[in-house]
Amino acid sequence: MQTFTQRLANPTRFMALSGQLLPWIGGLACALIAMGLVMAFTAPLDYQQGHAAKIMFVHVPSAWLSMAGYALIAASSFGLLVFRHPLADVSAKAAAPIGATFTLLCLVTGMLWGKPMWGAYWVWDPRLTSVLILFFLYLGLIALRASIEDEALAAKLTAILAIVGIVMLPVIKFSVEWNSLHQPASVMRLGAPTIHPSLLWPLLVMAAGMTALFAALHLKAMRNEILRRRVKALRAVEVEAAGGLASQAAE
Amino acid sequence: MSTFVELVRRDLRLAWREGGTIGVALGFYLVVVTMLPLGIGPDLNLLTRIAPGVLWVALLLAALLSLGRMFETDLEDGSLEVLATGPLPLAGLAAAKSLAHWLTTGLPLAALAPLLGLLLNLEPEAYGVLAASMLAGTPAVSFLGAVGAALTLRARRGGMLLAFLMLPLFVPTLVFGIEAIRAATLGSAAFVPSFLILCAISLASLVLAPLAAAAALRLQLQ
Repeated sequence: MQTFTQRLANPTRFMALSGQLLPWIGGLACALIAMGLVMAFTAPLDYQQGHAAKIMFVHVPSAWLSMAGYALIAASSFGLLVFRHPLADVSAKAAAPIGATFTLLCLVTGMLWGKPMWGAYWVWDPRLTSVLILFFLYLGLIALRASIEDEALAAKLTAILAIVGIVMLPVIKFSVEWNSLHQPASVMRLGAPTIHPSLLWPLLVMAAGMTALFAALHLKAMRNEILRRRVKALRAVEVEAAGGLASQAAE
Repeated sequence: MSTFVELVRRDLRLAWREGGTIGVALGFYLVVVTMLPLGIGPDLNLLTRIAPGVLWVALLLAALLSLGRMFETDLEDGSLEVLATGPLPLAGLAAAKSLAHWLTTGLPLAALAPLLGLLLNLEPEAYGVLAASMLAGTPAVSFLGAVGAALTLRARRGGMLLAFLMLPLFVPTLVFGIEAIRAATLGSAAFVPSFLILCAISLASLVLAPLAAAAALRLQLQ
């Protein structure tokens, strides 16, 4: 009896299934984001922050996805190192640039919100700072993979780095927030503990929509990576065949 | 165990007889700390305030210099493969190399730091705690750094990449190292927790980092 993940280990089966799922997930993402944006713009204005508070509807989902993306990479890396699942590396490789993009989106929206609220784009708010370091970790994963020639070796070494990163991440977050305890309390928290339902619903719809967007992009990137590997393998076969012909002609 | 001690002694002897590595790291540390007051101007009050941070950041940069060579020379002359087939497990090998790196880089840099504090008008009561925080924090730099050194062993532009991978992981050591100094100079009770967390980070990396480094080395020795 095979489990679901074991069945997916066959790339052909994965391509067929993901090909069927992709339009639905993509469509769901478009619908939810469109609905969420309409809800966000018709939501009541914050009496203190005015229109600037609307940026929260993009900022909070991207913050959530920046962390979920790294968790996905770490889980895929674990799957590669422990279970040697053939698609685990494809998943980890595909998720890195997407996760990095959402992390950047979170940083940029945070800065745009910070300018009118704090008077500066960057005030070393502990949450934003730990997201910045998360962004560096993403870039580190991409850079390490890019700088090793042998793809199979690069995959495993990047997986080790991802797991070291996920172990260190709580420590980094803890240390950055510890640091802020000793700074003047000028920091306003974006995620207020009590949030009114009229703001919560658009936020939840946006979060679901952007999560679906992440899933659609991730599936598409995985499909592209599988196709790229197939093309590479076909080329290698072709080069080998051409080499054989050349040596026959020489004889 | 004797192999472990022998390996550490070999690395220390190599570092000592080759010269260079220790001297370059110390010289780099001195130059970076000297450049900073030249860049921001000789305002003694400002220098006093930023001295712990400058000394810690410059120490991390100086330690990174020699980190890239931790396994590289042994890979080039083939001794890494001989060592890997020996009686010592790879994690023990990584731990021995990290310990040797700490003894030849972390320890001298931590010893030089109070001296450089003179250049930055460090508060008199901060010297002892500066040395203590660096002695407690630098093992994490060497042991975590070994993971980076092992990961970038066969990478192109390994040195640059190593700094990029490692500096974010040094953030907790940096934060608690500076926090301990700041708390001690203010006479605040926050010194003890900061210092203990700093020790905890070093001890945890002492145990866990060699395992990750060994995993990375194993993949590249096949």
